[in-house]
Amino acid sequence: MSTGNRLKDVVIRFSGDSGDGMQLTGTLFSETSALAGNAISTFPDYPAEIRAPQGTVAGVSGFQVHFGSTAVTNPGDKCDVLVAMNPAALKANARFLKEDATVIIDADSITADNLKKAAFETEDPISELNLSGRNIILARISTMTREALSSSPLDNKSKIKCKNMFALGICLYITERPTEHAHDYIEAKFGKKNPDVAQANNIVIEAGYNYAANNHLIHNAYAVEPTGLKKGKYRTINGNVATAWGFIAASEKSSRPLFCGSYPITPATVILEELAKHKSLGVKTVQAEDEIAGICTAIGAAYAGNLAVTTTSGPGLSLKSEALGLAVMAELPLVVVDVQRGGPSTGLPTKTEQSDLMQALYGRNGECPVPVIAASTPSDCFKYAFEAARVAMEHMTPVILLTDGFIANSSEAWMIPNMADMPTINPPIAKEADGDFMPYLRDERHVRSWAFPGTAGLEHRIGGLEKHSQTGNISYDPANHAVMVAQRAAKVACVADDIPLQEIDGDKSGELLVVGWGGTRGHLASTVSQLREEGYSVSHCHLNYINPLPKNLETIFGSFKKIVVCELNEGQAASYLQGIFPQFKFNRCNKVEGQPFTVAELLNSLKNYLK
Amino acid sequence: MADYKYTPESFKSDQQVKWCAGCGDHAVLNSVQRALPEVADALDKPHEKFVFVSGIGCSSRFIYYMRTFGFHTIHGRAAAVATGIKVANPDLSVWVCTGDGDSLAIGGNHFIHALRRNIDLNIILFNNEIYGLTKGQYSPTTKLGTVTKTSPYGTVEHPFNPGELAIGAKGTFFARTVDAEVMLTKELLKEAALHKGTSVVEALVNCMIFNNKTHASFAADKATRAKNTITLRHGEKMLFGENNEKGLVLEGLKLKVVTIGEDGYTIDDILTHDAHCQDTTLHGMLAAMKFPEYPVALGVIRSVDEPCIYDNEVEKQVEAVKATAKIHTMDDLLNSGETWEIK
Repeated sequence: MSTGNRLKDVVIRFSGDSGDGMQLTGTLFSETSALAGNAISTFPDYPAEIRAPQGTVAGVSGFQVHFGSTAVTNPGDKCDVLVAMNPAALKANARFLKEDATVIIDADSITADNLKKAAFETEDPISELNLSGRNIILARISTMTREALSSSPLDNKSKIKCKNMFALGICLYITERPTEHAHDYIEAKFGKKNPDVAQANNIVIEAGYNYAANNHLIHNAYAVEPTGLKKGKYRTINGNVATAWGFIAASEKSSRPLFCGSYPITPATVILEELAKHKSLGVKTVQAEDEIAGICTAIGAAYAGNLAVTTTSGPGLSLKSEALGLAVMAELPLVVVDVQRGGPSTGLPTKTEQSDLMQALYGRNGECPVPVIAASTPSDCFKYAFEAARVAMEHMTPVILLTDGFIANSSEAWMIPNMADMPTINPPIAKEADGDFMPYLRDERHVRSWAFPGTAGLEHRIGGLEKHSQTGNISYDPANHAVMVAQRAAKVACVADDIPLQEIDGDKSGELLVVGWGGTRGHLASTVSQLREEGYSVSHCHLNYINPLPKNLETIFGSFKKIVVCELNEGQAASYLQGIFPQFKFNRCNKVEGQPFTVAELLNSLKNYLK
Repeated sequence: MADYKYTPESFKSDQQVKWCAGCGDHAVLNSVQRALPEVADALDKPHEKFVFVSGIGCSSRFIYYMRTFGFHTIHGRAAAVATGIKVANPDLSVWVCTGDGDSLAIGGNHFIHALRRNIDLNIILFNNEIYGLTKGQYSPTTKLGTVTKTSPYGTVEHPFNPGELAIGAKGTFFARTVDAEVMLTKELLKEAALHKGTSVVEALVNCMIFNNKTHASFAADKATRAKNTITLRHGEKMLFGENNEKGLVLEGLKLKVVTIGEDGYTIDDILTHDAHCQDTTLHGMLAAMKFPEYPVALGVIRSVDEPCIYDNEVEKQVEAVKATAKIHTMDDLLNSGETWEIK
């Protein structure tokens, strides 16, 4: 490696104790890379415990950033650079190292005590982990941080807290990045509140940068040219914030105020937190007493004429299922967001999985169809949250939006949309009348009208009991029940006329069709494009509209010799598709480890179908 | 005050009322339909601004009999749905019809949190101390030892007293009535509607079929009620009895029933009801009074002004933030913070 070398893409992983500030370090580094014109994709990997025992492997918090000069679709399987603030971080992340990776370790942290906490058997963690082929930099980060701050008025404990900024400084140097953005951030965050802390952090960033510059062991070997992204204005965004913003955009485009009733749950909470900020856009949030109250307040707000959403993860979706049935029966627009995590039960709260698909499709009593839409990248959470809200309001139905812990927490560079380019949403709002309003009269799409309380002449009664197909009065008539079940199903089926046809990446026919849905898009896209570069006949079909499915799927499936469905569960989409299209065989490629796919393991699995 | 010229008839729907003959719910329906024309005038809200929300159970069928907006939701969740309606549109007058099982068992959480938030809902709690619609199982208000279908040897759990629960949760309005007192109920409902914040009106209703006469010892007829209940009115002495000859005094930390003219007690010793007192101690004691040791308290037991009303506060915050914020459109938000241009 030498100065001046320009790489196509680089992966850096920051790791340390969950109190070491690695998420912030990673975020600042990513933003700096994005500002320098790189495509980025990031992924935080942290434990559920807020502060697991210090120094243990269980307490290690990681943040991976992948930046490149061409499209970057995922945070990368393995890293070129690992920053490890203690032996436990080194141990937890050794398996993510590339063969020629650089490892930057805080040498001060390699103490007998820390080695014991991380369950090392010898005093040489490098050999014990077989890292001798890697470029190991033992930097005395803690000591140098303290020395840099010798004249700072901060106490010793506060000084040492700045060591993450030392690591940031090193990484900024080796990637030829300016330190301005990091300084701006520190100024904005601490400048007024605590100038001593701001000054200390700023000093340490420079100290880390200079250490790297003066140290001949580290060359600026990880520089990446700006990307060839499309011209335009960009920002970084993660999936949860993009989801929240998609709803606010839908609120603006439908002129319906936005209401969110939710209960905090990992990894969905950020959506509620984000929405709670935007009162200036008329957003109302209720932090409910439980998951059930979350959806029930949202149902109440929908009844009263708001764009209503409730946000949760798998366990919360279980709790919401009865109320979701009420929304189906009352035919009210509502979006339920499920940011999927490892299950069942409490499962793996901070880890990702796609195992709630069946629950989303079928997890309710009775014949209870609900449109299901899945977002597939951090930034397209915006688009699909908007779409979920559009379908809900224009078709008067609850909609489930599936995202997952991976895309919710990952961020990427995103070309900022222009609201003038987004479609207007037109809900079927009932106008004032002279009375005798029929709440369940439908249009040609089987959609009833939305009658807000407070509108003169629209007084009517609805609820969870089966209703007469026009008046909405309670009806136990057997024939009427059959009619209503059919109407509700037909209404959801009709959504298929109102969603785009499925597109595929690659040739329209061939040997193998790789089918994915939701948050696996980035890894599958990289894998398929790599296979195509290697000369294989492979195409990629990635589903966002799960129920109803796009109308051209049968034609697509029929154009390939083999189909394999890749998903982070035991085959839920595969069996769903198998039920709808019994004429095709849906092979399965599954992973349930709480982690995203890696491109390497996908390449390995998919080549089995291409021999 | 507006004059909409509504009559009780204006609030009757075309649906046939299907409660059992003799069910106490009929009387409460009657009281509500009598109260609403006056409430509409007093609040200056036309007909279409009234929404009735219910859960599940006999009393939750209430909403079908009202010619207002009505939402018959799911078991226990009426208060949560009503909270969403009120926050979305604070201009509506939102009423919750719920039973003892609906609001205190499956919906207990939503009940106490509505009170904690002090959101402007009017909750009518129909307490018949039994599960009626599922045909006779004990409820969280069924008296200890009662034999029901699920307690063939008698219950072994203490009941809740809804008043104690509401006041314990720092509820700002609690009143109690009995089904037969149609005019008292009407009066209490009107007060509840005018109260800002969560109001709870507990209606002691009789279930002829599964728990007949559960309230009869003190509520069977007018004479019994005169003897065994006390109707509290703010600013008035706490007197009861056929000739108002009895009253309540405070002795140590306990209430005591005394007869005026006996044991040296005079009218001056009798407590004066202060429904507006912020402190919950005496209100809690009054709500907890059980027959036969005490008369059962009816009327407005607690009605206090509390400026923090959830739906108001939500609106105020939205307006305050709008007034100072820099972000007023989605485009503003999209372009806020750190952005960069690729040329």
